[in-house]
Amino acid sequence: MAAFEPVLLANVGKPDSYTLSAYEASGGYQGLRKVLQTMSPDQVKDLVKSSGLRGRGGAGFPTGLKWTFLPANHPGPIYFCLNADESEPGTFNNRILMESDPHQVLEGLIISCFATKASTAYFYMRYEFPTAWDRVNAAIADCYRAGYLGSNILGSGFSLNVYTHRGAAAYICGEETGLIESLEGKRAWPRIKPPFPAVEGVFRKPTVVNNVETAACVTQIATRGVEWFKSMGVPPDPKIPRDAGSYGPKLYCLSGHVNRPGCYEAPLGLTVRELIDTYGGGVPQGRKVKAVIPGGISMGLLTAEELDCPLDFNGPGRYGCLGLGTAAVVVMDETVSMVDFLHNSCQFFAHESCGQCTPCREGTSWSLGLMKRIMAGQGRLKDLDLLLEIGDTIGIIPGTTICGLADGAAWPIKNAIRKFRGEFEEYIRRTNPAGWMKTDPVPAMKLVELH
Amino acid sequence: MTTTKSKRVLTDEMIAQIREFIPRYPSKQAVTLPALHVVNDHLRYVPLQAVVEIAEILELRPADVQDTLSFYGFFKQDKPHGRVRAWVCRSVSCHLLGADQVLEHMCQRLQIRPGETTSDGSLTLEFAECLGACEHAPCMLAGKDLHSRLTPKTADEFLDKLIQ
Repeated sequence: MAAFEPVLLANVGKPDSYTLSAYEASGGYQGLRKVLQTMSPDQVKDLVKSSGLRGRGGAGFPTGLKWTFLPANHPGPIYFCLNADESEPGTFNNRILMESDPHQVLEGLIISCFATKASTAYFYMRYEFPTAWDRVNAAIADCYRAGYLGSNILGSGFSLNVYTHRGAAAYICGEETGLIESLEGKRAWPRIKPPFPAVEGVFRKPTVVNNVETAACVTQIATRGVEWFKSMGVPPDPKIPRDAGSYGPKLYCLSGHVNRPGCYEAPLGLTVRELIDTYGGGVPQGRKVKAVIPGGISMGLLTAEELDCPLDFNGPGRYGCLGLGTAAVVVMDETVSMVDFLHNSCQFFAHESCGQCTPCREGTSWSLGLMKRIMAGQGRLKDLDLLLEIGDTIGIIPGTTICGLADGAAWPIKNAIRKFRGEFEEYIRRTNPAGWMKTDPVPAMKLVELH
Repeated sequence: MTTTKSKRVLTDEMIAQIREFIPRYPSKQAVTLPALHVVNDHLRYVPLQAVVEIAEILELRPADVQDTLSFYGFFKQDKPHGRVRAWVCRSVSCHLLGADQVLEHMCQRLQIRPGETTSDGSLTLEFAECLGACEHAPCMLAGKDLHSRLTPKTADEFLDKLIQ
């Protein structure tokens, strides 16, 4: 494989990379100048549409197409929300972009607002990124001073205000309509769709919600062009109707049991094995991989036999995972107990379920209850079927919830138990020799806190 | 609403800071979260009286503000959190690398449970769901500082500097 030159991460690690002067010195804001001086908003929309860029936040919806869902000739206002609520376990690429190269993100945000005719943008950032918060706020202030924000940007007649809005530690705010509700000052309960945000979003106006990495990609598409973007990645699969392909670079987050955890840029379609071995330097102490989360915990699990899974938008799905998600790969070595992993996963979703939809609120908390029971040596084989019943019935895909959080809670359950059932059964038989075979209803266990 | 003898808790400075947010949004309710953060930054908690006063500024019912506040679980209401608030991540990448042992160790040493504050008020220790810093796992966010690759030993060093 030819050496790949990082683009999205090109400035990361350079001194003062987060400052306007460093960004401009590396050619920053040239893409914005080009767009404002030579293109119409519709041309920018077409540019992004033809690039094949798909949203980097997890769902992979084509960005340009999302923009075209805005009503034509709307009198305004149209709002733009930048989703910087990155909270998917295993994922940290947005944080790195915002901490080390906030202007690349802002340039893409400004171009995106020009394309969508938004004159107000809200930069919704999760609370736990204090360094990113300070640097993005400073970068925005610098943009106003330099004329990249405010009224009549660079003499183009286009005006834009960007406001940062700080979250308060709730995973669900990363769901785009949860984010919108949170921004409006309400509890972050996702909305029933339709109407989609493009038609009725924040403050009941047409709204686009895009991810931080998506905005950075827009910057690079505007600067380097569609051909560059489409020169890497995976073309559409002809067997999948309307497949949009997986073009462009991706920021892969690698963590867990690897020698060199970190954020790595490579074309979409890199295999899990390449990421772990070539970029991550393999598993510490020569241990073997046991399981891998392919794209944030919501996406489920790959086994050690499935490491040739390509990380493109279709790849993980072919191996029974939910999808590419955020392309955040978490490696578990052979010492990890899948029972312990699933308990941790259930704990996360039970804590982060917003409580609006009963199947998710109850399903996530009962799955945690079952996992606690198994962990405490009171599990029964029947509990695995109960867990699978929860996994198979909560979420958008079975049609029982409003948003995808429950699908994300379900996938680790389904993948862990179906791909590692023998280990779960062995654990239950070993830890509950007197009761593993029982099937009669048991009273709920008094929950013991982990800590 | 103001017939009780509750002492007002929002200072003129806090009120001015909250009002600065109002022109940013087409609805005053959207200032709820920024206002809660303003109060929390100053007082390290958001008592019910502050909720009432925020509601007055934003022309909302106190219940609207309380509804939003209670959703997040971030804003304490009974008493201020410690001078430092530290979150130890317990999600998957940190968990794989020993976050539980670190949190357990800190709790035992401080004789508090996650969510509680040391008796001298120096530290509130919490667990966090994914801090988004998995390359630093296991990690802890203490105030604005991210602590990487925590062990019980480095956690002790952090506590040694903080306590007394």
